[in-house]
Amino acid sequence: MKQVFRTINQVGGLWLLLGLTAVLILPWYKVAPPELVSGGALSDAALFQALAGRAWLWPPVLGILALAGLRVARGERWQADDLVLPIAGTSFLFFLFQAFAIGLRGPAIPALGEAFPAAMLGQTGLGWGGFALGAALVGIIADSLAARGFCRGERFGANAVIFVVALLLLFVFFPIIRLASAALFTPEGVFQPGVFIERALAPDLWNIDCLTGGSRCGVVINTLILGITSATLSTALGLALALLVARTGFRFKGALRAISILPIITPPFVVGVAIIVLFGRTGVVTGWLDMLFGIPPTRWIYGLPGIVLAQVLAFAPITFLVLLGTVEAINPTLEEASKTLGAKPFATFRTITWPLLRPGLAAAFLLAFIESLADFGNPIVLGGGYDVLSIRIFFAVVGARYDLGNAAVLSIILLTMTLGAFWLQTQWLGRKSYVTVTGKSDAGLAAQLPTPLKRTAYMVVIPWVLFTLGVYLIVMVGGFVNDIGRWDLTPTFRHLNTAFSFEIGERGLQLFGSAWNSLQTTLLVSAIAAPLTTAIGILTAYLISRQSFVGKQAFEFGTMLSFAIPGTVVGVSYVAAFNIPPVDITGTMAILVICFMFRNMPVGMRAGIAALSQIDKSMEEASQTLGANGFTTLRTIVLPLIRPAVFTSMVYAFVTAMTAVSAVIFLVSARHNMATAYIMGRVENGEFALAIAYSAVLMVIMIISIVLIQFLVGKRQLGRRAELQSVTAPTAAE
Amino acid sequence: MSETAIEFTDVEKRYGDVRAVDAISFSIRKGELVTFLGPSGCGKTTSLRLIAGLELPTAGTVRIAGENVSTRAASERNVGMVFQSYALFPHMNVIDNVAYGPTIRGGAKKAAIERGREILTLLGLDGLEKRLPSELSGGQQQRVAVARAIVQQPDVLLFDEPLSNVDAKLRRRVREEIRDLQRRFNLTAVYVTHDQEEALAVSDRIVVMSQGKIAQIGTPQELYDRPSSRFVADFIGDANLIEGAVSQNAFTVEGLSLPLPQPAPDGPATISVRPERIALEKGDGVSKIRTATYLGSRYEYIVDTPFGTVLVSAPISLAPLDRGDTVKLGIAPGGFTVVEHA
Ligand SMILES: Nc1ncnc2c1ncn2[C@@H]1O[C@H](COP(=O)(O)OP(=O)(O)OP(=O)(O)O)[C@@H](O)[C@H]1O
Ligand SMILES: [Mg+2]
Repeated sequence: MKQVFRTINQVGGLWLLLGLTAVLILPWYKVAPPELVSGGALSDAALFQALAGRAWLWPPVLGILALAGLRVARGERWQADDLVLPIAGTSFLFFLFQAFAIGLRGPAIPALGEAFPAAMLGQTGLGWGGFALGAALVGIIADSLAARGFCRGERFGANAVIFVVALLLLFVFFPIIRLASAALFTPEGVFQPGVFIERALAPDLWNIDCLTGGSRCGVVINTLILGITSATLSTALGLALALLVARTGFRFKGALRAISILPIITPPFVVGVAIIVLFGRTGVVTGWLDMLFGIPPTRWIYGLPGIVLAQVLAFAPITFLVLLGTVEAINPTLEEASKTLGAKPFATFRTITWPLLRPGLAAAFLLAFIESLADFGNPIVLGGGYDVLSIRIFFAVVGARYDLGNAAVLSIILLTMTLGAFWLQTQWLGRKSYVTVTGKSDAGLAAQLPTPLKRTAYMVVIPWVLFTLGVYLIVMVGGFVNDIGRWDLTPTFRHLNTAFSFEIGERGLQLFGSAWNSLQTTLLVSAIAAPLTTAIGILTAYLISRQSFVGKQAFEFGTMLSFAIPGTVVGVSYVAAFNIPPVDITGTMAILVICFMFRNMPVGMRAGIAALSQIDKSMEEASQTLGANGFTTLRTIVLPLIRPAVFTSMVYAFVTAMTAVSAVIFLVSARHNMATAYIMGRVENGEFALAIAYSAVLMVIMIISIVLIQFLVGKRQLGRRAELQSVTAPTAAE
Repeated sequence: MSETAIEFTDVEKRYGDVRAVDAISFSIRKGELVTFLGPSGCGKTTSLRLIAGLELPTAGTVRIAGENVSTRAASERNVGMVFQSYALFPHMNVIDNVAYGPTIRGGAKKAAIERGREILTLLGLDGLEKRLPSELSGGQQQRVAVARAIVQQPDVLLFDEPLSNVDAKLRRRVREEIRDLQRRFNLTAVYVTHDQEEALAVSDRIVVMSQGKIAQIGTPQELYDRPSSRFVADFIGDANLIEGAVSQNAFTVEGLSLPLPQPAPDGPATISVRPERIALEKGDGVSKIRTATYLGSRYEYIVDTPFGTVLVSAPISLAPLDRGDTVKLGIAPGGFTVVEHA
C-alpha cells in the first residue's frame, strides 16, 4: 500500500494521473453527445471530443498535457515549478467557463456559438471524465500552493483546505445562487425583478385576515404564527422540565434525558400519525371523550393545533437541554445573597433567577422557531387546510403545477426568516457570557423552586409525559395490531408482511414486500453517508482548529450556515442546481449522499473542534517532525484521540440520514426511493398501520446501528489521556 | 572540516503585522550545540520551528545540510524535535512511540522496533518498552521523547525549553545529560531557553535574540567577556554599565581613566564591566561601600562612586570590607568592553 503511494508520487502524483485519465480515457459527458464527424469520435474522452470538433475542450486538455510535460521536464518536485500554478489555474477557469457557458441547448452567449459552431448542438452534463478533471486540477493547484508554502508546505493540509472549500462552494453556495437566479430570471435567462417582487408580495403570502376575524391568513403569516406558537410552548415546557430537574428533588433525571433522545430517532410522520390515531375524528381519545362526556368528534386536530402539538413534542427535549444548561450555570451564591438580603423565594426568583434565565430562553426559543419553520413532516400530515411555507414549496416543485420560480421565491422568504433567527441567536449566544462567567464551581445550594411555580411546572410537565407515552405506545403497538385506527387490537403481522415479506426458496432469498426497495436504499445511503459526513465534518474541524489560512472565519461561518438552511430550501436549491448541466446528478444515489453530507457535517465538525481543543497540538507536530505527512498524522495520532467525536458524528449522520425527509423528498427517484418518502406515501394513502410498522422497524434498526457503531469506533484506549495530561502538565517553572 | 548543518539567510516570519523573526542570518556547524537565548516573545521558539519546518519563512531562505528547504514541510525534512510537553503519543506504548518515525517512513515494522530498542538501551530505558507514557515519570518521559527524536539520526535535534517541565533541583543533571548525549552521538543540536545560566552551561555557541533580531552570536565566553551591546551585557550575567566618554584612546569618567585595548575616536561612550572584574582597594578613595553581603562563596558589595553605584563581586578574603569603608576602584585592561559608542 505504502509502496503504491510512493510510486504514484514518483510518477507525478495522484492528481496528474487522474487528470490524464480524465482527458484520455474516461467519458467526458454523462450522456454521449451527438456525433460531429462521420463515424464518430474515436472515444468519448475529452481529447477525442476536442479533436472531433468540440474545440472548447482544448484548454483543459492541453493544460493537463502541459502539466504532464512539466513533470517530465522538471522531475519529482515538479509542483514547485513557477509555471504549474498559472497553467492549472487557467485550465481550471476555462474548464469552468465552458461547462457553464455551453448548456444543454447551446451556448448562453451568442458569440460562443459563432466561435464554435459545434457548440450550437449544446452539451450534456459532465460525466466521469469531466468531474475527474475538475478534481485533478483543483488537486494540482493545491499541491502547487503547498509547494509554495501554503499550509506550512503540508500537501495534505493544502489539499484538504482547497477541496473542502471547493465542495462547500459547489454543494452549499452554488445551489443557493441557482435558487436565487431561478427566482430572479426566467428559465430563458431574462432578468425579471418585477416578477420576483410580484411573487414575493403576493397577497396569499401576507394576508392577515385571520388576525382581524377573517378566515384565512397568508402562508407566510401562517408560518410565523406556527413558529411563534410552537417555539413559545416548547420553550415554556422546556423551562418547566429544566426547573424541575435542576431545582426540585425530581428523581427521574436519567429517564428524562433518555426521553429527550427519542425525537432524534423518531422517523417523521409517525408522530403525526399517532396524534391522528389518538385525537382524530375517529381517534381513541376522541371516542372516549364522546362516550364519557358527550363531546362530539370534530376535526380540530387538523391544522394549527395538531401541528403545534406534534412540534412541541419534538422540540421540547431540545429546549429542555438548552435551558438545563442555563439553569445549572446560574451561580447559587447570587440567589443566596438575595435571600440574605431579605427577599422572599418568589421575589428572588423574579429579580435574580429569571433575568439570568432570559438569554437561555431566547436561545431556546429561536432554536425551536428555526426548527418549526423548517419542519415539513408534521405540517404535511396534520396540516389539513393550514398551509405553511415548507408545504407550499414542496407542492410548487412536486405538485401538478411545476413552478420552480415560485418555489425559489418562497424558499428565499423562508431562508431569510431562518437566517434572521439564526443571526439573532448568534447575537444572543454571543452575549450570554454573564450567565456563566463564574461557572459552577462555587459552593452553595441552588435555590429550590418556590412552591407555586413548582406546582405550575408539574401541571405542565405531567400532561406532556402522558402525551409522550401515549404517542410512543401507539408507535410501538400500532404496526403490530389489526387496525390501530379503529382500536382493533388483535395482534397481527400482516402490515409487516405487506412491507417486508420474503421467501427463502430454491432461487435463494427473494424479497416481496413493498418496502424492501426503499429500506435497502435508505440503509445503503445512510451507511455511505455516515462515514463520509463524519470524514468531512472531522476534516473541517481539523482545518479550523489546526490550520491557519486566509478567510478562515468566513469558512467557519459558511459551514455553520449550511446547518441553518431549512431542508426544504436545500431540496429546492438542489433541484434548481443539479437538474441541468454541467452538474447534472439528480436521480442518482450520489445526490442523496451529498445532500446528507453537507447538511449533517456541522455536528461532526463541532464535536471535532471541541475534542481537538483538548489535545496538545505538539503531538501532531511531533508526528510531522518524525516524517508523517498530514494524512498519516490525522489517521495515526488525531483520530485515535478523538474517537468520541467520531462516534457522535457517525451516529448523528447515520440517524439523520435515516429519518430526514424535508430535503430528500425532492431528490428521491423511482429507482432510489428512501424510507421516509415511502412512509409519506403510505400516510397520504391512509395506510397508517403500515407507516407505523415501518417506522418501528426503522427505530429498531437505528438503535441496533448505534450500538454497532459504538462497537466499531470503540472506546478502548480512552481515558488515559487525562492521566497523561496531569503528569505532563507544566510543573510551574521556577 | 566544519561543515555547515543549518544556515539562515535573511529569514523573516511575520504573523500579520507582528514580525516574530526579523531578517536573521546565522549558520550552525555540524556537531555543534547552539542555544537561542532571549527574553520572552523575542522569537526563539519561532526560529526553532522555522528549522523544524513547523513554520515556513515569509522571506529569506533556510538551508539544512546544504539544501534549501524554505518551502518544505516538516515531514519532508530530517529533524528531530523534543517538545516542551514531550508530546508523547498517549495511545502508544514506549516502543511504539520510539519506532513511530521509522515505521511511517516506510521501514519494516520489525527493523523499526529493533532500532527503537537499541536507542532505548543507550538511553537507559530498557524494561519500559511496553509502558504507556502515562505510566512513566517526568524524567523518563523526557528521555523517551529524546529517544524518539534521535532514532532516525536527524540532521539536527531541536529542544524547546526542555527543562521547563523538570524539577528545579533536577535541572542541572538533566542539562548535563542532554549535553553528554549530544557529544556522545555527535549531534547537531539547537536548544531554546530563556535562562542565561542554562545557556552558558550547555552551549558551544549562543545566539542572543531580542525582538525578533539577533543581538549577538558567540561562545559563552565571548558573550560574557565582550558583549557587543548594552542589551547583551545586561541580559547575560550581571553587568555594570558606566557612561562616560572616549578621549585620546582612553575611556574616562570622573575619577577613572581606562586605556582602550584598541584605538577609538573620541566621543561619549558606555562600557560594561563584570562585577568580578573590579578590584576594590581599601584606602582614601572617593567611593564608598554602601552594602556588603556575604554569600558563602564570595562577597558582594554595592559601591557608591562618582559615576553611580556599581556591583562588585569579590572572593572571600581575610580582611573583608565593611559598610561605610572608602575604597579605590581598579579595573584591569581588558576587564571591560565598550558597548555603546557614538
Ligand atoms: N501563531 C502566531 N500568531 C501570531 N503571533 C505569533 C504566533 N506565534 C508567535 N507569535 C508572536 O511572535 C513573537 C515571537 O514568539 P515566540 O514564540 O517565538 O517567542 P519566544 O521567544 O519563544 O518566547 P517565550 O520565551 O515566551 O517562549 C511573539 O510576539 C508572539 O506573540
Ligand atoms: Mg517559546
